[in-house]
Amino acid sequence: MNADLETAPKRDGLRRVAIDPVSRVEGHGKVTLLVDDDGHIHEARLHIVEFRGFEAFIEGRPYWEVPVMVQRLCGICPVSHHLAAAKALDFVVGAVPVTATADKMRRLMHYGQILQSHALHFFHLSSPDLLFGFEAEVGRRNIIGVAEAHPDIARQGVALRRFGQQVIAATAGKRVHGTAAVPGGINRHLAPADRDALLAEAEAMVAWAREAVHLVRRLHEADPALYDRFGHFESPIMSIVRADGAMDLYDGALRMRAADGGIVRDAVPPQFYMDFITEAVKPWSYMKFPYVTDLGAERGWYKVGPLARVQNCDFIPTPLAEAERRAFRDYLGGALQHAPLAYHWARMIELLHAAEVIRDMLPDPDLTAGERMAGGARQPAGVGVIEAPRGTLIHHYAVGEDDLVGWCNLIVSTTHNNQAMNTAVREVARRYLDGKTLTEGLLNHIEVAIRAFDPCLSCATHALGKMPLRLELRDRAGAMLDRIARDA
Amino acid sequence: MSTPHFLLDGLPVPFEEGQTILEAARAAGRYIPHLCWHPEFAPHGSCKLCVVKAAGRYVSSCAMPARAGWEVESDTPALNTRRRTLLQMLFVEGNHFCPACEKSGDCQLQALAYDLEMTTPRFTHFFPDRPVDASHPDVLLDFNRCIYCELCVRASRETDGKAVFALSQRGIHKKLVVNAESGRLADTDFAATDHAAHICPVGVILHKRVGFRTPIGARTYDAAPIRVVAMRTEADDD
Repeated sequence: MNADLETAPKRDGLRRVAIDPVSRVEGHGKVTLLVDDDGHIHEARLHIVEFRGFEAFIEGRPYWEVPVMVQRLCGICPVSHHLAAAKALDFVVGAVPVTATADKMRRLMHYGQILQSHALHFFHLSSPDLLFGFEAEVGRRNIIGVAEAHPDIARQGVALRRFGQQVIAATAGKRVHGTAAVPGGINRHLAPADRDALLAEAEAMVAWAREAVHLVRRLHEADPALYDRFGHFESPIMSIVRADGAMDLYDGALRMRAADGGIVRDAVPPQFYMDFITEAVKPWSYMKFPYVTDLGAERGWYKVGPLARVQNCDFIPTPLAEAERRAFRDYLGGALQHAPLAYHWARMIELLHAAEVIRDMLPDPDLTAGERMAGGARQPAGVGVIEAPRGTLIHHYAVGEDDLVGWCNLIVSTTHNNQAMNTAVREVARRYLDGKTLTEGLLNHIEVAIRAFDPCLSCATHALGKMPLRLELRDRAGAMLDRIARDA
Repeated sequence: MSTPHFLLDGLPVPFEEGQTILEAARAAGRYIPHLCWHPEFAPHGSCKLCVVKAAGRYVSSCAMPARAGWEVESDTPALNTRRRTLLQMLFVEGNHFCPACEKSGDCQLQALAYDLEMTTPRFTHFFPDRPVDASHPDVLLDFNRCIYCELCVRASRETDGKAVFALSQRGIHKKLVVNAESGRLADTDFAATDHAAHICPVGVILHKRVGFRTPIGARTYDAAPIRVVAMRTEADDD
């Protein structure tokens, strides 16, 4: 068996098994396995098969349009793109910092996004695997099955997501694809009636989010052999953290920890991301493979998202989530957790943190009144970074004197996790599938590993003109008439 | 002698001699859809949204003088279906991407499409290549959204006395052009204070660095449909 499993040394005579599409994830992806006659796996790859090309839509458009346009990348976490773009363009219009009202409205919007996205992912997409088992009857492994077997869990999950959406609607103007964040600030205040309606439910949301953390924790404690080992691999982790080391999902500087937990890079200003990160291209995927430049492609790839963030920060600045973070840390005696299924536990800790932040922010008078816009000397470019539900999201725009975007670059959360997801797929293939007759339940093991990362595959394939392309024109007999190749 | 009147969808509408059907209807508080008509300018008759059936014939109500005793049909399923088809053709002829357009919520084309229950573009999109003109320091021209109503042409010529805009070429190749040798707005005497800078019913003539400053809920057509808003004021002026 090939130890690496990325590329089979000899492909002749191998059978191809495809999981297409990977279900219960956002976007379209597939997994291909190359298997020999004895059932041994020789190759396992997660492919992203859709293609967006969003940067081409943005270039040539006026900068003030971008925060609204770019969020159309995604219907799951549009707020993250909306805010990352607005933050980047704050630099262009010289509005750094923005006003207290703008900062707080955007933060509230963002934590509403975190809450709804994490609730959606855990309760709707992943809890069926965890509550029923990876090989449970396929017709039952969905949110309807959860609602039948565990009505309280399903109801709370739906309510948490709905609450997050209501926070977004109150701050952005709509539940999906609002317009509130504009370069330099925000276009609305929080209406007192919306604030009061949200406050009335906020405490219940904190309580339910806490129960969700405990549910995942119990699952871990009940079956550590599965939860601690499934798809396990070690890698560095990366996220932004606040200057004092606190978890901050809206703003901060980049920090990276090695697999053993030691901080190897810290306080890296986001505007230097292009020097810090390099994106490698592989011919079999539309999604790029980022790594920390000076560590190299082999050692410098990393995980992002909840599992990274909960362990990368020094503390979480809300008490209930901080208590859960400590329990999470103590679970392995202080060592970093690397198991993909621990993503769910970390994600629910963030869900709880988001619920606490929302509850605590809502009474702030800066939300309902105060200056909304700031401005200053124009700059030719800006970088915005934010921790989207799935991980670090970077937007970078260059704007000409005519106000049009001349160039842009987006590095989205799921792209950071590309190597990590592929590695998890290979670990699962090696441990659970190798040498066995492949069944739907066994193949679902692969999907469970991918789902743990909560990938958003449509966001991750946004870059037009940067992937290698081979175009061959052949006649009916198969003879090549023309060939065009473009390298990355 | 009593005031002459005609029947609009079965109800009497009085008019004064010389008034068009559309003008008389508006004066009586009755809405007839339109895009290229504006109370400050002579009838243009190009968008055809205001077509009604008067005495058995299809006529542009913005241009047809009212006649006593006529029976005029306007708000009927048959006529609104035709209007919807016209809108669907306008939507595919240009590049109207409402989700990312700052005029969304303030756009007459969009508002009419909502009001006439247009739920799909229906026809194949042309996807024309129409680069924006960002040369002017204060105003951006996004030709993608032009519907050739010529309101900017007329306002610039008749109100501003400048003739900054014109329609060039014919038929499917028709396009809005800027009256400068370079073709650039910056090379004209156009100013952001011009009447022409405030009259576009869609999202072609945009004041720079404004964008999405107006929140959802406070835009022109958030609270009431165009058939209501248009009767309060001619919403062409922003």
